[in-house]
Amino acid sequence: MEQWPVLYQQWKQFIIAGEAVTPWQKYFVLFYQAFMEADRWKQYLNGVGTTLTVTAMALAMGVTIGVIVAVIRTSHAQQRPGRRNPVLGLINLVCRVYVTVIRGTPMMVQLLIMGMVIFKSSRNFTMVGALSLGINSGAYVSEIIRGGLMSLDPGQAEAGRSLGLNYFDTMRFIVVPQAIKAILPALGNEFIILLKDTSLITVIGGKELLYAAQGIYSRTYEQMFPLFGIAIIYLILVMIFSWLQGILERRLRQSDRR
Amino acid sequence: MIDVKNLSKSFGHHLVLDDISQHIYPGEKVVIIGPSGSGKSTFLRCLNLLEEPTKGVITFDGTVITDPKAKIDLIRRQMGMVFQHFNLFPNMTIRKNITLAPVRTGLMKQSEADADAETLLERVGLRDRVDAYPAQLSGGQKQRVAIVRALAMRPKVMLFDEPTSALDPEMVGEVLEVMKQLADEGMTMVVVTHEMGFAREVGSRILFMADGKVLEEAPPAQLFGSPTHPRLKDFLSKVL
Repeated sequence: MEQWPVLYQQWKQFIIAGEAVTPWQKYFVLFYQAFMEADRWKQYLNGVGTTLTVTAMALAMGVTIGVIVAVIRTSHAQQRPGRRNPVLGLINLVCRVYVTVIRGTPMMVQLLIMGMVIFKSSRNFTMVGALSLGINSGAYVSEIIRGGLMSLDPGQAEAGRSLGLNYFDTMRFIVVPQAIKAILPALGNEFIILLKDTSLITVIGGKELLYAAQGIYSRTYEQMFPLFGIAIIYLILVMIFSWLQGILERRLRQSDRR
Repeated sequence: MIDVKNLSKSFGHHLVLDDISQHIYPGEKVVIIGPSGSGKSTFLRCLNLLEEPTKGVITFDGTVITDPKAKIDLIRRQMGMVFQHFNLFPNMTIRKNITLAPVRTGLMKQSEADADAETLLERVGLRDRVDAYPAQLSGGQKQRVAIVRALAMRPKVMLFDEPTSALDPEMVGEVLEVMKQLADEGMTMVVVTHEMGFAREVGSRILFMADGKVLEEAPPAQLFGSPTHPRLKDFLSKVL
């Protein structure tokens, strides 16, 4: 390890001078340049930190928005005929517009609009990115949750209501917990997409993993190692995520045991 | 106790209940029989407004429950309902299934509700399954728990919607036994069922429904002994 900087400098000079080097020597130089020189690994590490923070914030926001929108839209649809609440109707309309607009426009365009139009004067690119991702994710999560709520046997809600529980208690204790179990695979999918979509916030200057890689190869003019490097990091993050999801699903299946 | 006046219900253009008027007295055990599609279940579900009547007035203990301003949650607390498919909450233990409603509605504290659940379970012979999940129980056990869950709200009347129709034959007996016990204790009951033996033994009045109408009503001995309506004769010849 100690002689790596020495070897790096030596072999780098060989390459610059056009002398013959073995492929291993060449790849070592590229690797060292991409990750070790000037402690560049710290930049990746910071990038991972930002990526995870942004994912967590967007996730929390997406799930919150998703649950609220899904519950509003489902409760609007489930109102007794002739007793529709006009206020709920209006909120429902707002929710529908939100879902349509967000699902109907590209993530990248939404990010650019948020970063360069709505929050033009903000310098906190990472937070703007997290906000955009959360708003985007909320639309998809709401549709996933709505599907879960609708797929549940109506008898479950009827049993809750017949016991005298009000609509929101029935949703909170009976319908939503069961729906969440049913939609966990789809939700996991959405979370993975979200984690990888954090790379898009680079376009508005969010300093996450891809931003770090771009910063490095714009200095070294060598793209292969930084890009492969972050690809592997994303892959590992997603694999950890899937593993955690598996654990959660097994825990929620507890009530299925016989 | 429950008064039904000119109740009609249609789904789209299909008329399921056709101008039914009935009165259910305290302590009565009304058993509703009839061919499938006759509107028995819909009638029962209208009583606690799981189905919204198209026309008519239903009064429970002096409260007009079909009034749009009626506090339906408060009324439903006094009407227990048992479903054909049990509808236990699969994500909760038996204890939680039973105690959720009494605790959430402020009827009891969790500790009281727990003790109460165990007492009630003891009566149906399921005291030892209090921490099990519904998936771990047999059909008959699930239905007994469902009855306990409804009873935990201390209802004034119990509605049974074909409580034994989804059960294996050998499990029907244990559920009917619990229902008989309940009847003997003086509970007001409205039961939709295909169990003619139960109807005859427990019912204080039998309603025969077909095509959305109550075609004949009488105490069991009379209704089964000397049916008058041809539809009822035809029905009884098929099921007895």
